[in-house]
Amino acid sequence: MDTAVTAKKKWWAGGYSPFNVSYGKLMMWYFLMSDAFTFGALLIAYGTIRFSSTSWPDPNSVFRSFPGMGETNMPLVFVSLMTFILIMSSVTMVLAVHAGHMRDRKAVAKWLTWTIVGGIAFLSCQAWEWTHLFHEGAWWGRNPFPNTDGTVASTNFTNFFFTITGFHGLHVTSGVILNIVILANVLKGTYEHRGHYEMVEKVGLYWHFVDLVWVFVFTCFYLL
Amino acid sequence: MEHTHTAAGHENAHSDSATKSIWRTFWILLCITMVEVGLAFLHLETGFPSRVFLNAIFVGLTVLKAFYIVAEFMHLGQEIKNLILTILIPLLLFVWFIVAFLYEGDSWKNMRKDLKPGTPQEAPKAPSKEEGHGHY
Repeated sequence: MDTAVTAKKKWWAGGYSPFNVSYGKLMMWYFLMSDAFTFGALLIAYGTIRFSSTSWPDPNSVFRSFPGMGETNMPLVFVSLMTFILIMSSVTMVLAVHAGHMRDRKAVAKWLTWTIVGGIAFLSCQAWEWTHLFHEGAWWGRNPFPNTDGTVASTNFTNFFFTITGFHGLHVTSGVILNIVILANVLKGTYEHRGHYEMVEKVGLYWHFVDLVWVFVFTCFYLL
Repeated sequence: MEHTHTAAGHENAHSDSATKSIWRTFWILLCITMVEVGLAFLHLETGFPSRVFLNAIFVGLTVLKAFYIVAEFMHLGQEIKNLILTILIPLLLFVWFIVAFLYEGDSWKNMRKDLKPGTPQEAPKAPSKEEGHGHY
């Protein structure tokens, strides 16, 4: 983005970033890579324990509720809605980044606001799901759901579910807070004054990463 | 990246195509998710794609979704090759992690099954007539 890329350019001769990105953006990428390993470690631990268990609860009979629908059996519907909300908020975030490239302050503020709304909606869904499961008797160290083969399940299932979705929810929470801070700066005109909206890109990267992790959490806990 | 062009006409044309590709990615992600959920329901109703086959499809589609998010939404596809590689090559470790740990978990399960009290019935040894005559 800084300079036009020509074929003869000596990337490593000094004078500019050999990766053609700013320091902040590069470090955000490396942070996200390390965070990917954290989430990867958690999910692989979950996979190892699940592989080592002779039987495991069926996600379709655990996650089968929808707010306001009582005891209706609706597997996957609510979590699909949550996935849709998060993908949608990723779209509004990338639109905000795009508006930042155009230096359109109003559009950046609009799309960032929608991203924050999406993030809060996702967190509300998760809060409902956790509360619902809690009232069914599930929590760290407590698992009321039987294995598919009818035997009593260990608490591994709930421990991993609450730990990993909780860690992801924590990331969404900090993402929402970062987005709010950036929105405040956009409204104050900080980036207009600075001449670029790169901070929006950086929090955008973080936000997309949170969406990316959810894609894997969705598959590992609800589909497989 | 192309937004260094500053001619107003260019800007608009670029803006349109960028927005278009954002929405295209959105529809791709939405469709993949709907296919996943659809297949899960198909399996619940008919049991048709067998569990192993279904799981393989789910993992494949998940990786595809991850690719679209990283390449399109995070614009990694537009960065220069060196940056792409410094991000992706370390992630190759995951291949080993996943294979090694899941193999470990599976073997743990097999040992659990085999070593459960009473599970491996002592193979009834047919007393052989020929051997064992006063040798010990």
